[in-house]
Amino acid sequence: MAEKVLMKGNEAIAEAALRAGCLHYFGYPITPQTELTAYMAKRLPKMEGGVFLQAESEISAINMVYGVASTGKRVMTSSSSPGVSLKQEGISYIAGSDLPAVIVNVQRGGPGLGGIQPSQSDYFQATKGGGHGDYHLIVLTPSSVQEMADLTSLAFDLADKYRCPAMLLADGTMGQMMEPVALPEPHKSIIEKPWAVTGTQMKREHNIINSLYLQPEILEKTNFDRFERYRQIEENEVRYESYLMDDAEYCIVAFGIAARVAKNAITMMRKYGLKVGLIRPITVWPFPKKAIKDAADKVKGFVSVELSMGQMIEDVRLAEECKRPVVLCNRAGGMIPGVDQIIAVTKDLVCSVEGGAR
Amino acid sequence: MAIVFQKPASLTDKELHYCPGCPHGIIHRLVAQAIDALGIEGKTIGVAPVGCAVMAYDYFTCDMVEAAHGRAPAVATGLKRSLPENVIFTYQGDGDLASIGMAETVHAATRNENITIIFVNNAIYGMTGGQMAPTSLPGQITQTSPYGRDLKTQGYPIRVCELLSALDAPYYIERVAVNNVKNVNQAKKAIEKAFRNQIEGKGFSLIEVVSACPTNWGMTPQKALQWVDERMIPYYPLGVYKDRSKEDAKEAN
Amino acid sequence: MAKVTFNEDICKGCGLCVDACPKHILMLDKNKINRKGHNPAVMTDQSKCIGCAFCATMCPDCVITVEK
Repeated sequence: MAEKVLMKGNEAIAEAALRAGCLHYFGYPITPQTELTAYMAKRLPKMEGGVFLQAESEISAINMVYGVASTGKRVMTSSSSPGVSLKQEGISYIAGSDLPAVIVNVQRGGPGLGGIQPSQSDYFQATKGGGHGDYHLIVLTPSSVQEMADLTSLAFDLADKYRCPAMLLADGTMGQMMEPVALPEPHKSIIEKPWAVTGTQMKREHNIINSLYLQPEILEKTNFDRFERYRQIEENEVRYESYLMDDAEYCIVAFGIAARVAKNAITMMRKYGLKVGLIRPITVWPFPKKAIKDAADKVKGFVSVELSMGQMIEDVRLAEECKRPVVLCNRAGGMIPGVDQIIAVTKDLVCSVEGGAR
Repeated sequence: MAIVFQKPASLTDKELHYCPGCPHGIIHRLVAQAIDALGIEGKTIGVAPVGCAVMAYDYFTCDMVEAAHGRAPAVATGLKRSLPENVIFTYQGDGDLASIGMAETVHAATRNENITIIFVNNAIYGMTGGQMAPTSLPGQITQTSPYGRDLKTQGYPIRVCELLSALDAPYYIERVAVNNVKNVNQAKKAIEKAFRNQIEGKGFSLIEVVSACPTNWGMTPQKALQWVDERMIPYYPLGVYKDRSKEDAKEAN
Repeated sequence: MAKVTFNEDICKGCGLCVDACPKHILMLDKNKINRKGHNPAVMTDQSKCIGCAFCATMCPDCVITVEK
């Protein structure tokens, strides 16, 4: 076990990326993720082959990522919600060209310029594609500074393995919070990338990185092929934490900072004898559908705890196939649901399911 | 007898999709001739734009990347920063480079990014069927300026070479044309120079090629090239707009 | 002595070579339609060709090979 160091979440992402062999970073300042950019600005120029560049915009940053990803090297960009909206064009091209890359979204409240406090309101954008066209990102949601580091490592590996962009979907709390973290051991991509553009060296046919297919039959085929890989991702890469679900009668579904608050609420409720458990998606795409579906056979209802107006709740409902009631416990605009609120909403659910006064 | 002129080796056998008489074909050939002359095909990576030249990736034998509209300089920046020993060029039209991609263009220039940009200015959006471009001339009739480009409501054309040469950083900026043999030969020299600058590590080189769009200008190819002479070149004067090799020479003295 | 050959199949009949020829020995062959549907460029009098390659310089489609 590596020695633990005290780090901010944003810095843990940056350090984990460097240790994953990511020597190329392109960013643009935006709160609350700027420490990540600053960390890269400090470290990368001192590393052999390291490239840090503050781009002229988020749009340019993601297109620089597209350029480096085309050469087969590990590359990352990070931003926060309004900046990630600007990146969507480039993300769609990266997905459409089947390139691996890692994008970090340290979410803040929206829509529009919104605020700078934490949020999970980019859930739809992250999990349903985000830009134009049929595609997915692998979306990982850290719930601690340790996971900020671990899931960054994983994001690079999965992106390479499936030739697919991966997103770390964090929030302002995760980015700003300091916790002890055991940093991952340095490791590099071991996957061959014969598709990369590196110059033909007059030894092979030219490689083309492209997402344009004017023949609809061919474009359709690229989509079907890509979705076959998505099917494999859904089969192999679902990750979630199951917390006190063995005897649970009610199930909270929450990720990121919301899951941490939910755990405290569960501890309190169990003291009153209310058997509540937690399913914490670590991948929100692919979503842990089976875990939720299986839970629906055992529990009497679900509470979706979110820092949004209720986005993940739609996936919870789809997964549990309308077998049980699903209620929303939420705050928005940069507010975080508290333990009291989670307990109150859960008790309301219990009352409506089992009858009787609160 | 020896061959004195033939299709350059770094063009594929794919037939160009361009309209009859479209100078894109000439400009593609000039780029390929430069690649051949410098012997850099194996280490060159081209970036195709969005617009008529979108399928340029099929025409060059080197590795190619297709960029989103206007983003080619940013993509080229990523490629060059990842592979500094390779030769990276972009091939972009006026809508791509001077409208939607102006920020990417200006910032690549001001970083003196060591890349080569071939900028084709034909004063119109060709691929979408002839809409007003940032470089459409005052009064020019297009699908989206059907009464002629109105300077009061639609603004003035952008002279890219003049604009970029106001920056301190870019190494080499030249405007050429391909409307006659003499100008094509000058364009050939300029394009080769822009690639050589990159190989020598000098930095950002942009060659603006004043071109034509017979189809969307509604002219025969011959008439279109005449229009380049009579209307385009007076508004977009040919010549070298920035050449920092002169500064290099001064420093050396 | 010079020789000009045309890859006739890919000629688009734009006529830029015809205009560029200083010896006026190129024309579009109105009696022929190539597989692209164009009247391809042809040389009328090979003996007058000086091998200047002006035609090939202006050809957008690399139709022309010049030998000298």
